Amino acid sequence: MAGVRALGSLSTITARRYKVVSDISCRTFSVAPAMSARTHVNYEVKEDVAVIRMNDPTSKVNTLSVQMQNEMIEVFNEVLANNAVQSAVLISSKPGCFIAGADINMIQACNTSEEVTKLSQEGQKMFEKIEKSPKPIVAAINGPCLGGGLEFAIACQYRVATKSKKTVLGTPEVMLGLLPGAGGTQRLPKMVGIPSAFDMMLTGRNIRADKAKKMGLVHQLVDPLGPGLKSPEERTIEYLEEVAIQCAKGIVNKKISLTKDKGMMQKVQDYVMGIEFVRQQIYKTVTAKVMKMSKGLYPAPLKIIESVKVGLEQGPDSGYLAEAQNFGKLAMTSESNALIGLYHGQVACKKNRFGVPERPVKNLAILGAGLMGAGIAQVTVDKGIHTVLKDTTVEGLSRGQQQVYKGLNDKTKKKSITSFERDFTLASLTGQLDYSGFEKADMVIEAVFEDINIKHRVIKEVEAVIPPHCIFATNTSALPIKDIAAVSIRPEKVIGMHYFSPVDKMQLLEIITTDKTSKDTTASAVAVGLKQGKVIIVVGDGPGFYTTRCLAPMLAEAVRLLQEGVDPKKLDALTTGFGFPVGAATLADEVGIDVAAHVAEDLGKAFGSRFGGGNVEVLKTMVERGFKGRKSGKGCYVYTPGLKSKDVNPDIEDVLEKYKLTPNPLVSSDSDVQYRLVSRFVNEAVMCLQEGILNGPVEGDIGAVFGLGFPPCLGGPFRFVDTFGADKLVEKMRRYEEVYGNHFTPCELLLDHAKDSSKRFHK
Amino acid sequence: MPRVRVYTHALRSCPELVTSHTIYYIFFVCPVQTKSKKTLAKPGVKNIVLVEGVRTPFLLSGTTYADLMPHDLARAALQGLLHKTSLPKDAVDYIIYGTVIQEVKTSNVAREASLGAGFSDKIPSHTVTMACISSNVAMTTGVGLITAGQCDTIVAGGVEFMSDVPIRHSRKMRKTMLALNRAKTLGQRLSLIGSIRMAHLTPELPAVAEFSTAETMGHSADRLAAAFGVTRLEQDEFALRSHTLAKQAQDAGLLSDVISFKVPGNHVDTCAVTAANSSFLTDGASAVLIMSEEKALAMGYKPKAYLRDFVFVSQDPKDQLLLGPAYGTPKVLARAGLTMDDIDVFEFHEAFAGQIMANLKAMDSDWFAQNYMGRKAKVGAPAMEKFNLWGGSLSLGHPFGATGCRLVTTVAHRLQKEGGQYGLVAACAAGGQGHAMVIEAYPQ
Repeated sequence: MAGVRALGSLSTITARRYKVVSDISCRTFSVAPAMSARTHVNYEVKEDVAVIRMNDPTSKVNTLSVQMQNEMIEVFNEVLANNAVQSAVLISSKPGCFIAGADINMIQACNTSEEVTKLSQEGQKMFEKIEKSPKPIVAAINGPCLGGGLEFAIACQYRVATKSKKTVLGTPEVMLGLLPGAGGTQRLPKMVGIPSAFDMMLTGRNIRADKAKKMGLVHQLVDPLGPGLKSPEERTIEYLEEVAIQCAKGIVNKKISLTKDKGMMQKVQDYVMGIEFVRQQIYKTVTAKVMKMSKGLYPAPLKIIESVKVGLEQGPDSGYLAEAQNFGKLAMTSESNALIGLYHGQVACKKNRFGVPERPVKNLAILGAGLMGAGIAQVTVDKGIHTVLKDTTVEGLSRGQQQVYKGLNDKTKKKSITSFERDFTLASLTGQLDYSGFEKADMVIEAVFEDINIKHRVIKEVEAVIPPHCIFATNTSALPIKDIAAVSIRPEKVIGMHYFSPVDKMQLLEIITTDKTSKDTTASAVAVGLKQGKVIIVVGDGPGFYTTRCLAPMLAEAVRLLQEGVDPKKLDALTTGFGFPVGAATLADEVGIDVAAHVAEDLGKAFGSRFGGGNVEVLKTMVERGFKGRKSGKGCYVYTPGLKSKDVNPDIEDVLEKYKLTPNPLVSSDSDVQYRLVSRFVNEAVMCLQEGILNGPVEGDIGAVFGLGFPPCLGGPFRFVDTFGADKLVEKMRRYEEVYGNHFTPCELLLDHAKDSSKRFHK
Repeated sequence: MPRVRVYTHALRSCPELVTSHTIYYIFFVCPVQTKSKKTLAKPGVKNIVLVEGVRTPFLLSGTTYADLMPHDLARAALQGLLHKTSLPKDAVDYIIYGTVIQEVKTSNVAREASLGAGFSDKIPSHTVTMACISSNVAMTTGVGLITAGQCDTIVAGGVEFMSDVPIRHSRKMRKTMLALNRAKTLGQRLSLIGSIRMAHLTPELPAVAEFSTAETMGHSADRLAAAFGVTRLEQDEFALRSHTLAKQAQDAGLLSDVISFKVPGNHVDTCAVTAANSSFLTDGASAVLIMSEEKALAMGYKPKAYLRDFVFVSQDPKDQLLLGPAYGTPKVLARAGLTMDDIDVFEFHEAFAGQIMANLKAMDSDWFAQNYMGRKAKVGAPAMEKFNLWGGSLSLGHPFGATGCRLVTTVAHRLQKEGGQYGLVAACAAGGQGHAMVIEAYPQ
């Protein structure tokens, strides 16, 4: 799961909305006429400080594009040559963004690793010039300062950042399968120490401004301002500029020293890091950790370690060269390609392609305060939506309310919100047992037990009390929406919203529309999901929709493997070894054996023998004996509260013994086991596209990775087919088909791609 | 054409301050203009008057008052009021006090102080709190009681004592100690005592930060000043002005509301408070006598001023924590039917120089008025020649709970001295709240 979550933090780069301010041109009339040609970077001289302002007029965020870089170099040369200038301030005139990173398209436009290496070297050269500038440069940071933006900032002599929640610093390159390729791997270890630098570069996590100050990444903090004589955003950035100018002047007249006094701890740490043996141990430990987490499937972390190591052990010249070369190599890997694909996909799935809904959802009611219902409440209540949580029993309701409270309280403990904000947020949550107040609801999401009869009863009850405009969303993982909507008196307002458990951690939301669902209903559901911070795929109706339908055959195969005598631990190792964040046996436990049995039976009926494989009775027997998975304490494994490690449930042995199958040695090698699981998943995904359940391969990839944990390094089932080769996959499936029959029959679309290698899902 | 009026005043009161019978000449420039309203009296509504207002010297906490208790200071203010007005001790109907940091032993400090000051035990009293505008609430509560016909004579006041604040044991320790109370056997007691760890012993100081935002007020004031582009120089200049004016007012003997207070066991008579030695954390108490006009006249008092319209406002406690005056002023003016030009005397609570400057800029900004106050246009900033002319909280000190009465009394006194008709009090308070009140001079 960690991989998925790590990827998830990418969202912070794009989820923000930026206001484009285009007032820079009018401020710069004092500068030479050649300036008018520049659109991205400009500067004005205030007293003896050059204020360099960046603003990419074509985008909501600033990126280090070719044009931005060229103009920056031009401006920088002018600043250096200008005798009236003693120092400079680098600031963005977009109120919500410093520099979000390098332009990915610039890297993707390259065809060879040499080209990318050259790009990297150009970046290195530019930042070296900044670093060695005789006139001090102060980076004034408000909003994201990520990737190339951070590398730019740390090349400057001094950094001032706002304490705004939007201000985050980080090197997320690793999440795109790359490394900080413009001097980051060389400067960061010197600036924040080797352990912190590795932590930043290997996790790619965002660092808030106050933490950055403690780490020594920024020198000074500026508080975001409230309304004054201008809007808070506008005035804050103006104030930041004022403070940065003061700093720049302070550096010039030596009131601010650039060599900071090191604390005792810092000195000790520096001393320890100076010992080669210690450094070697660190490289070793970090490498071992990376190998354990990534199973060696991701090359970027290893290259990062290597680049840092070369720089520290062999000097900067070799270090910068290693960084540039490794950057070039990484850019050409399929992993990086897959991760960048996911990034683009995620951006696409964070947009509402159905337009703006007629009326925004301000009051949301959730039926059922179970794990799902309460989870949905938790991600809704802090988004300014009044949320009603309804259950049928006091016990169920209070458990659900406690879950919401706990979720918020954990945030308080981590200090991401204050206790006051927690209480204030909780004030928007109403727990109740009846339907009072439902006449004000704009949307009802039901998360009651997965039983068509209960769902029917609920929809009738709810429709009797809600206003005409209210949308009825049903949270189900497998029941076709049109069957649920069958009893509705206004099917155009019925839609499926399939959340994933745990709701506050899993990023995906699968929205299911029937042919009767109106476009406005869909727009509204997507708008709510986006508010909840979800990555959204909108799919057509059908048994299991998209995600459950892909997962079911893979789980059926997993059950068959268990029956064939593969140990759950082995099964988990093989799946995680392929790149899944959670092993197949553990996944079954997490989903719930009862749910899995339920789904397997339902989908088995709907799709017939193609969905066979493992015997459903295995799951049913387990449920009968109380092995419902993690929630009941026993499933494939035994779960002891407080213990992280888990042992295989010894009682399932006789169940498996009862349904024992003899494995066929021709298709039972470790690699075959992996491909048997994956090919069924992928084939089903492709079939969903073929049948029109999916809107396109991008949503298919996003759904599989963010909802089901399909290996991110493979970029999703469609990217996997493109990279691996449809023909090779079909060849494998044919081999399995011979043994197991139609479970492995490749679908039409997959066969088309196998026949014509020029056909690709992703261009 | 503004005409220069010259007022001559002999200094009254505070013999400790004035040793010789000097006569002071005070010059004021008063533009002559017609007021929007001749008076704010409303038909059928009782006129409520301020008869007298006093305060103890405001002292830096931890100095001369250090060994007292809050109700001692309040008692002193009450006795001073009695002394100054010769009010019979049973003539008061109700006593209300404002305070912020409560001494737990005297949580209804109004009651303890009134009993201690020798008021009749038949006079009920209660304590109110609303941060820095607590005594304003005490006064307006009194106004409400008179208007409602419940009372005729009210003593209102405020007290703050920062030399001793309740410092508590940690929550863990309190929990253990409370459990210890209920423990029945020696074994239970010992096991509870045994559970005490070093961490239990860390004390809990009264919060200096705003509860809802966890931000200290100084920090917020700093951000506010920056938001309104108030420079350091402007702030320093304003602080200097406050101190200079306070010193001048003191030297001129204008601060006649300060009573002499002999601290028990201390030889220093504390009336020698200078303008510059008061500051941030201050001890002090104040009291005012509020009556219905007819009652005051019947008792033979010459009222000082009418207490007229007032408002309480509140806004975002994070970014607009200290903008109470900016929000309250236009609102109370609208209620009273007056304009900024009608006001002759402004007394604003000076929480921070930056806060005052920010409020003045906010009041003078059309953008702020339109975008945040829901007004069509700005109300305008008060003229500085009418503004806090006898110093302010920055220089005189600011005992949180007591400042409101000082502001009102000062307005009344300034109206008398300067010959103006309308005065305006405005103050901000923690929690993003604020208060403003219009005061009308009593015809002399």
